[in-house]
Amino acid sequence: MNESSQPTAVAATPSAVAATRTAIRLVDVSAGYDAAPAVESASLDIPAGALVAVFGPNGGGKTTLLKLMAGLLKPWTGRVEVLGGPPAAAARRVAYVPQAELVDWSFPVSVWDVAMMGRFPLLGPLRQPGSADRRAVEAALDRVGMLGHARTQIGRLSGGQRRRAFLARAMVADVELYLLDEPVTGVDVPTQEDLMALLDEEARAGRTVIATTHDLAAASRHFSTVVGINRQIMAAGSVELLNDPDVLRRTYGGHLLMIGERGVLLDDAHHHDTASGPERHFHEGDVAP
Amino acid sequence: MSPLDAILEPLAYPFFMRALLAATIVGLVCAVVGSYMVLRGLAFMGDALSHAAFPGVVAAYLLQTPFYLGAAIAAVGTALAIGWVSRRGRLRGDTAIGVLFAGMFALGIFLFSRIPSYVGDLFGFLFGEVLGISDTDLIALVVLAAVVLILVAALWKELLYSTFDPLGAAAAGLPVGRLEYLFLALIALTIVISLQAVGIILVVAMLITPAATGQLLASSFGRLMALAVVIGIVSPAVGLYLSYWLDASAGATIVLVETIVFGVALLGRTVTARRAAASPAMPS
Repeated sequence: MNESSQPTAVAATPSAVAATRTAIRLVDVSAGYDAAPAVESASLDIPAGALVAVFGPNGGGKTTLLKLMAGLLKPWTGRVEVLGGPPAAAARRVAYVPQAELVDWSFPVSVWDVAMMGRFPLLGPLRQPGSADRRAVEAALDRVGMLGHARTQIGRLSGGQRRRAFLARAMVADVELYLLDEPVTGVDVPTQEDLMALLDEEARAGRTVIATTHDLAAASRHFSTVVGINRQIMAAGSVELLNDPDVLRRTYGGHLLMIGERGVLLDDAHHHDTASGPERHFHEGDVAP
Repeated sequence: MSPLDAILEPLAYPFFMRALLAATIVGLVCAVVGSYMVLRGLAFMGDALSHAAFPGVVAAYLLQTPFYLGAAIAAVGTALAIGWVSRRGRLRGDTAIGVLFAGMFALGIFLFSRIPSYVGDLFGFLFGEVLGISDTDLIALVVLAAVVLILVAALWKELLYSTFDPLGAAAAGLPVGRLEYLFLALIALTIVISLQAVGIILVVAMLITPAATGQLLASSFGRLMALAVVIGIVSPAVGLYLSYWLDASAGATIVLVETIVFGVALLGRTVTARRAAASPAMPS
C-alpha cells in the first residue's frame, strides 16, 4: 500500500494560483469511534481552491474523514493540518454542514435564523447580531435563492431548500473551507445544478470545497477532484479517476452496480432496490476488462 | 366576598406575598432554561437532577448548613457526573442518567431514614412548601435566579447554535462540550431554586411544561421562549391563588394549572391541524 506512507497529492485544479497553498494535509491518520478504525493510515494533500468529492461505500469512512478535517474527531495516530495549522486554530475559517438526516427539522427556527447562526461564532458571547450581520445574511440568502423563504420554518422546506439554507449559513461566516456531508443527496437535479454552481464559484474564488457523496454521477458531473475512501484512501486525484473501473473496484470492493453505459458505479447499499431497469449488476470479477 | 377582595385578601399576608414573588421568579427561570431543555431532549435529565438534589438537602440539614448549598453541590455534581459517564462510559445518555439519579435519590432516602426524629422540613422538599419560604430564602432565590438569567442572556446564541447543530457549532469553533456542561449546571441551579416552590417530585413540570406548551404553539425560538415565560409566570400566580382558595397543596396546584394550559394548547393545535387538513389546499 503505497498511499499509507506517502501523502496522496491531489491534482491541482485549473485555478492554479490558489493551488500553491495547501488547505488540508493528512499524514498517516487513523481514527474511529470504537475499537475498529473507520479511517486507517490516510495521507492526503488537498490544495486550496479545490472542489473535491469524497466518495466510497456506506460505512467506508467518508463522514469520518470530513469530521477529522473539521476537528470534530481527534486522530488516534498521525497528523491533521487544516489551513496550515491544527484544526482547532482554523475553526473560525471552516464551515461544516452535517448530513440532512442528523438535523432536527422540527426545530423552531426559520431559514433566516439558521443563516444567522453562521455569524454567531464570529460575534462571540455577549455581542448581539447587528446590521452588518443582517446584511451578510440577506446577501447569502439572496445568493442561494432563499430570500423569499427567509421567515419559513425549516421543517416546511423541500429537501433542496433545506440544503440552500444550510449553504447560506456556511457562506455568511466568510470561511476558507467548506466541509459538506452529502450536500446533494436526495436533491432534485435543477437544485443540484444550482448548489454546485454556487460551490464552483466559491472554489474559483480560492475557497476549498470538500463534499462527501455516494452519488457518483453527481461527483463526475460537478467536481474537478475526487478522493475515494474505503477505510483507506483508495484513490485521489482528477475526476477522471471515476472512469477507471479498477479505482471503483478498489474503493467499493464486493458488489458493484453499473448504470447505463456511463460506466458509473454505485455502492452496495443501493443495489437491492434497483433490481429491474437498465442497470446491470456486477460482481467484483465482472468489472475487470 | 367580591372577586377583588378574593384577590386582595391573601396579599395582606406577608407569607403569601413572599410565596407569590418566589413562585413567579421560579416560573420565569424555569421557563427560560426549560425552553432549551425541551429542544435538547433533556426532560428526563431535569427529573433526574431534582431527585439527585435530595441527598444534598438531607446532608445540609444534618450539617446545619443552608439547604441551597447542599442541593446545589449534589445536583451540579450529578449533572457533571452524568455528562462524564455518558461521554466516557460507552453508555447511552439516558442509561447514565437512570443509574446516577436512582443512586443519588437512594442515598437521600438512606440519610433521611437515619434521622431519628420526624423532620417536617425535609418532607416539604419532596412536595414543596412555597408558603413557608423565609426572607433569607427569598434573597438567595433572587440572587441565584439572576445568575442563571444573566448567563443565559450572555450565551443565548451559543446555546441555541449548539442545541440546533452541535457538529456545525463545534466545527465553527464554539466550545460545544463546555457549553453542554455549563448548561447542565444551569439546569441544576434552576432546580435548586425551584425546590422550595414545588418540591423535588414536581420540579420537572415547572421546567418542561411551559416550554413544551410554547413548542406546541410557536414556530420560532424567540416566540417559544416568550410563550413559555408568560405561562411560567402566570401559572404560579393563578395556582397559588387557587391553592389558597381551595386549601390545596400550592406546588401541586401550580403544576396542575401548567398541565391544564398544556392540555388546552394541545387540543387547540390538534383541532386547528384537523381543520387545516379538512379545508382545500392553500396556494403556496
